[in-house]
Order: sequence, then structure tokens, then C-alpha cells
Amino acid sequence: MSFLFLDEPAAPALSDYLPLLLQGVPVTLEATFVSMVLVVASGFAFGLGRSSKTRFLRLPAGFAVEVLRGSSAIAQLFWAFYVLPYFGVELAPFVAGVAVLGLNGGAYFSEVVRAAFASVPKGQTEAAIALNLSAWFRLRRIILPQALPLMVPPFGNALIDMLKFTALLSLVTIQELAYRADAIRSVLAEAGPVYGIALLLYFAMSLSFAAIVQQLERLANRWAGRPDSRTRGQRARTSAVPRWAFPGR
Amino acid sequence: MLDSDVQPPDVTRSSTGSTLLRMRDLTMRYGSRTVIDSLSLDVKPAEKLAIIGPSGSGKTTILRLAMGLERPSAGTIWIDGQYLWHVERNGATIPAGDSQARRARRAVGMVFQQFNLFPHMTALQNVAEPLVHVLHMSRKDARERAVDLLSRVGLSTHLDHRPAQMSGGQQQRVAIARSLALRPKLMLFDEVTSALDPELVGEVLRVIRDLAHTTSMAMMIVTHEITFAGDIADRVVVFDHGRIVEEGAPEVVLRRPQSPRTQQFLKAILER
Repeated sequence: MSFLFLDEPAAPALSDYLPLLLQGVPVTLEATFVSMVLVVASGFAFGLGRSSKTRFLRLPAGFAVEVLRGSSAIAQLFWAFYVLPYFGVELAPFVAGVAVLGLNGGAYFSEVVRAAFASVPKGQTEAAIALNLSAWFRLRRIILPQALPLMVPPFGNALIDMLKFTALLSLVTIQELAYRADAIRSVLAEAGPVYGIALLLYFAMSLSFAAIVQQLERLANRWAGRPDSRTRGQRARTSAVPRWAFPGR
Repeated sequence: MLDSDVQPPDVTRSSTGSTLLRMRDLTMRYGSRTVIDSLSLDVKPAEKLAIIGPSGSGKTTILRLAMGLERPSAGTIWIDGQYLWHVERNGATIPAGDSQARRARRAVGMVFQQFNLFPHMTALQNVAEPLVHVLHMSRKDARERAVDLLSRVGLSTHLDHRPAQMSGGQQQRVAIARSLALRPKLMLFDEVTSALDPELVGEVLRVIRDLAHTTSMAMMIVTHEITFAGDIADRVVVFDHGRIVEEGAPEVVLRRPQSPRTQQFLKAILER
């Protein structure tokens, strides 16, 4: 019978705002993905820079990592958004936000990149040099296939971290999921349901990311020609759970 | 039996007659530690040189220097017609960079103590990939040569095995085939049986012994297998503290060593 009361202003209901909330999901996803591209790119740049033999590359890379890691991401965000314009650099909110999140994540990811490269035995490089393989071939076909699979699980962590970090973008007027949840909450004057839905949406996104990363791990292993750690049962052997903890063994 | 595979060294290119490798006044320092102490050593084409000596005497370092894996602190290395880390310009010998080293390395191959096979490649790929990317052979030709060499080291049934699926002895034989495939004029063997289980040592030594007797490739072999060294070497060099303490024919150096240091070292090894 609700059509009889069309002329009367209805009390705002959550269902009216649900589409508005859901529209935040693609914004959050876009911010996450664009930031992650920057995380990987800057992570490689910082990571390889820091392990470079030339001081000219090593020192600036080290400095950038320490600054990005060592100061608050929110402060960096505000700085990019409110202070940079005074220097004549006016960035769109999305660009400024994604740049800060991406570089920030890249500073952390650089350690992952560095550790993965460092874990490839030195003998691999030496054998490749002894065979007169070019530096490019060495990197692309010898070192990278051994280092890359090691980076995938930490990449999964970074990806899910980034999903949650994009909520910071609400502070610089990006209308992503958290921004919209907060705006709708202020209209409805009821926090529980709308934040609950936002939580579930974040959770659903992070779950699907985890599934994607698992496929990515399989793909990386196959590309690198490594036996799949999940299907070969090597997981049990390297697991932190002792064998006797499994029933029936 | 591997003779057809290895071309005779091209001695006409060398400006000093019949020397393949010439090391002059080499010094290698790591920090304050001197590992090689103004050492000079020549290797002739096709010569089989065994290097023995206590650990820490610089045996491995001299191979790494010959391979160009390390740049010496001082001195020159000359291989098959050119310097490893220098170029000659207007009659002067001036230091050069990695591109020169890369050219000179072509004449040299090395087999490592830890095999250093590429774990993500099969035995066949380990041998064939360098042929494609260094010698620019076609995939088909590279495969053919790789199969041929792997059969000669007794691994024709293991072409598609990955290093992790092979024993240490098999891995080391793949590594030997991989180096041979590029047809170096000088092969370096760095304690190639030290990382192997005792029962696997024989198969690897057999392959190297075969090579030594059938090819005109020069070899520098660092080993603790004294009998083996005596078997295949034309000349034995004894290292201690980064210097050569004694050198000569194996019958002399290994049976009637003159230097007290060599006597002491051989006694310690034989009484093991």
C-alpha cells in the first residue's frame, strides 16, 4: 500500500541508499588496483636500487624508502593533497591519493623484492656468467624465475593491505566505500547496518583477492618451471605444524 | 671419444706462441687478506693441469680469476689472444671493463663444486639454452648438440629431468655437458666431486678422465683426489698461501716431492 503515501516524505531507509553504497565498490577496487601497479613498480625500483652496487642508485633509493616508511601515510596524504598545490603541483585527489598509497606500499614491498633476489644463490649468477650469458638473459631467465614465485605470497598480503588502506582516500574527498558508508550513516543516523554492510563488502573483496593470488601463485610457479607447492604435497613438509599433529599418521 | 666435439685450439691467434692462458703477477686481496700473492702461471693449449694444496691456499680463487668471476687486485690475465680485464691500445695495456671480459670469457668454461644447474630448467634446457642465446644456434641444432653431449655423459634417459630429480653425480655430469657444449678451449674444474656422496664420485671422475684422454681442450683441475690428479695431469701445481710452492710432472711432484710443504700436505691426505 506504500503507493498511497507517495506524497509524504518517507523516513530514509537503508535500502534507498544501498545502490549509492555499492557504487563505492568499483571506486575502491580501482584505487586498489592502480595503487598496486605503483606498489610493484616502485617496489622493484626501490628494491633493485637499494641492492645496486652503484652508490648513486643505492643512496636515493634507501632515502626514499626510509622517508616513505618512516612517516605517517595520512600525513603524506594530506601533504600531497593540501601542501603540494602551494608548490604549484595541483594533483587530482585520486592521483594524489593513489600516488601516496602506491609509493608507500612500494617502500614496504621493496624489502620483499630485495629479499627474493637475495635468496637466489650466488652460484646461479656465477654459472650464468661462466656460460657467457648476457646480463639481460641472466636477469630475465635465470634470476627472475627463481625470485618471482617467492614474491607472490607477500604480494597477496600487500594487495589485501592496500584494499583496506584505500579507506584513507575518504579523507581527501574520494567517494570510495568508506566515504559513502560514512556519508550514508550521517543521513540515516544509524551506524550499525551500513557499517556492517561495508565490512562485509570489504571482506568479500579481500576473499576474492586471496583466491586470485592463489591462482597467481600457481601461475608464477608454472612460469618459473617450479613444481607446484600445493599439489606436490610439499606444503605439509614445510609447514610449521608438526607431522604428529595430523591425525592418522 | 669427445674429440670431434672440441676443435683444436687456434694457436695462430696467440701472439706468444703456444700459450693459452697466461697469468702474470696476479694478486688477489679481500680486504686485508691476500689470497693470491703475485702469482704467475701459464697453461698451454691441450695441457691438463692439476692444482692441489691445502684449503685456503688460493686454488679455487685462481680458477675464479681465470674464469673472470673476480677481478684481480693486481696483475694481468691473458687468454687465447686477449686480456681478460685489459685492452692493448697504442702499445700500452690499459684496464678495460666487463665487455672485454665477456669477449675473453668465451674461451673458458667452468664446472663448479655445487653444480649450479638452473633448477627451473630440465637437463636438456640447461645445456641447450646457452647454445641458443650465446652461440645463437637454432633451437633444433642446439637440441641436437645437447642431446649428443648428455648421451656422452651417460644421461640420454634424463633429458627431461629437472636438477631436483637427479642425484648429485648426475647433476654434475649435466653441468659438465653444459660447459662442454660451448666448446671452450680451457675447462676449469673446481673440486667437482667435493659435494658428492662417496659412491657418486666415480661416475663424475670417469667422465672427466675420458675427456682428458680424448680431447685437445686444456684443463685446470682443482682436486683433492690425488690418484685422479696423477692419472690425468700433464703437470701438477702445488699451492700454499696464494703461491706456487712446487710444480712439475705428476710422477715427480706426487711421488718424490721436493718441497717440505708438499711432503707434509701429501702425507696428511694419504693418511686420511
